Amino acid sequence: MRDAVRSFLENECPPKVVRDAWTNDTGRSGLWPRLGEMGVLGVLAPEECGGLGGDFRDLVLLLEETGRAALPEPIVEHAAVAVPLLEGDRAPAAAAGGVTITVAPPSGLLPYGADADLVLVGDAFLEPRALSLRPHESVDGSRRPLAMTTPPNSISHAVTEQAALGVAAQLIGLTDRMLTMTVDYAKERHQFGVPIGSFQAVKHHLANVALALEFARPLVYRAAWSMAHGDNARFVHVGMAKARASEAALLAARAALQVHGALGYTTEYDLHLWMKRAWALAASWGDAAWHGDQVGRAILDGETTPEEQ
Amino acid sequence: MDLTFTEPEEAFRAEARSWLEANVPRPALPSGDTREGFALHKEWERALFDAGWAVVSWPQEYGGRDASLIEWLIFEEEYYRAGAPQRVTQNGIFLLAPTLFELGTKEQQDRILRKMASGEETWCQGWSEPNAGSDLAGISSRAARDDANDGWRLSGQKTWTTRGAFCDRMFGLFRSDPEAERHRGLTYFLVDLHAEGVTVRPVERLDGDEGFAEVFLEDVFVPDRDVLGAVHEGWRVAMATTGSERGLTLRSPGRFLAAAERLVDLYRAHADDADPTVRDAVLRAWVDADAYRWQTFWTVTRLMDGGRTGPEASLVKIFWSELDVRLHETALRLLGPRAELVDGDDAVWMKGWQFSLSGPIYAGTNEIQRNVVAERVLGLPRR
Repeated sequence: MRDAVRSFLENECPPKVVRDAWTNDTGRSGLWPRLGEMGVLGVLAPEECGGLGGDFRDLVLLLEETGRAALPEPIVEHAAVAVPLLEGDRAPAAAAGGVTITVAPPSGLLPYGADADLVLVGDAFLEPRALSLRPHESVDGSRRPLAMTTPPNSISHAVTEQAALGVAAQLIGLTDRMLTMTVDYAKERHQFGVPIGSFQAVKHHLANVALALEFARPLVYRAAWSMAHGDNARFVHVGMAKARASEAALLAARAALQVHGALGYTTEYDLHLWMKRAWALAASWGDAAWHGDQVGRAILDGETTPEEQ
Repeated sequence: MDLTFTEPEEAFRAEARSWLEANVPRPALPSGDTREGFALHKEWERALFDAGWAVVSWPQEYGGRDASLIEWLIFEEEYYRAGAPQRVTQNGIFLLAPTLFELGTKEQQDRILRKMASGEETWCQGWSEPNAGSDLAGISSRAARDDANDGWRLSGQKTWTTRGAFCDRMFGLFRSDPEAERHRGLTYFLVDLHAEGVTVRPVERLDGDEGFAEVFLEDVFVPDRDVLGAVHEGWRVAMATTGSERGLTLRSPGRFLAAAERLVDLYRAHADDADPTVRDAVLRAWVDADAYRWQTFWTVTRLMDGGRTGPEASLVKIFWSELDVRLHETALRLLGPRAELVDGDDAVWMKGWQFSLSGPIYAGTNEIQRNVVAERVLGLPRR
């Protein structure tokens, strides 16, 4: 299924689609119903609700692909958080992509809020018009966050864990894509009569990104395994995954920009779409420092439960 | 990635743990990189071998248990968790043996492997020369044909040879065809360090141990049966060994997991006066070790599905060597002004720190490794 999703997104979500999402009415790709049809949105929904009855081990692989494609959709909030919480006939609709649900994080900034049908606030699914919201622009022009006047006062650990792990998986995909893009560019771009990728300084930048990616990705898979098994320490495992995936993506963005030089500093070139998504997601649902604190409380202080938010 | 250990794997872990708890020497042995310590470590290796724990992943006929890769990783975790001694046989069992299994003759395997595993014959690596370090293909030590005696005559100098002053035998590369271009015309030899014409001079390392040696060879006879792989094909044979050294076998996660746990203990003992940046560094070291563990299980899962390790091993080598430096650096920060003391209980950290500094240098410097990653994993052009 991962391969099917990868090839679907390669064909249907090329950089042009990501770029168009910056300027269209919704900030989105137009692929939502087809993602529903493929089962991507309903991985965590039971089969009787039109889902795949899968668990996080399946979902992270697909979310990694959505990160690789920089798919402009609130798919983490929808598929990793909202869908498994839904009951009644809302569940099949959400799994099929008939509705779009975003989730209120502690910041109160609702990603893709402008085009969402429902918002999960705490444990309630609310219609956006029931909330006091102010539109914002994000550095990532597709995200169109709406700011809640009153951010949610409590968010369950489960929601934070599910969203953070989903975002971590996307960050892995983003990192992988930025690395590939940059390697390709470094092979083609010639200076001093040779490809810039033959210079050791450039090689070492990219080797460092490969290193960060190689050792962050298994932490995401491990956290997904813990989620699927209901491991009591899953908040620690998710924390490690999100912290290291965030760091890897920020490093990849930085190295990619440096190697692309002035070209990467333009918005005509595609790199910025991936870079800006990485910046937004690295800080979303807990940045590396916040998750590091969670891990530290467990590993250094012996706490066995996550901190209350 | 399946992270559930099977019942036989759990039983294997329990058996290893209980044997180690009952048998690991207390107090800890002196450094195996000193003459006195080396002898004591050889006794320990013998005990390990007799109990079947020296080379768990090897076939039974050579003293192993036919253990799977997962079981080997479990053993390593338990070994370091128990605070068991350093492995003075490591350069034989982890670096030479994989090459012997892959390219050695049955006669060589039968003659060499059991004695290597039991510590009866200890092995060192003869790669570097005064003018050939990172540029390994630049070696100039020579092998001349001695047809009358069915063998070769070796001359030249090897250096930075770990435990060379105490070991019995050395595996190394020698230039057998001086006319051939750099990577060709090399042959891989197994050399008896007690043979006539060999002079070994110990060299004191940064940490004060005589762990290094220079090995001088003057017309040293080596019989044909001690050529590993084909004549003039030594480069290809040697690359099989460096793959092992960089990758899974030399430095498994168990060593770093155990060190990270000790670092956390040290942090707890100093938590009251540790500043927040040290706390972050302790945590980073711990997460690094854990990340290495899961990266390894992920790799092993891929290997068991029929994959092979290739140049990705360079990523692993960079990661563990740099995590080891950061981990020990953090311990020294926790110890503050007492970090300089090289006697007493905390001295292990200064000792370990000095050893960790060799990690980014040995087994191919991390600069070379980053080139390997860029060229052979990412596909960037060589020039």
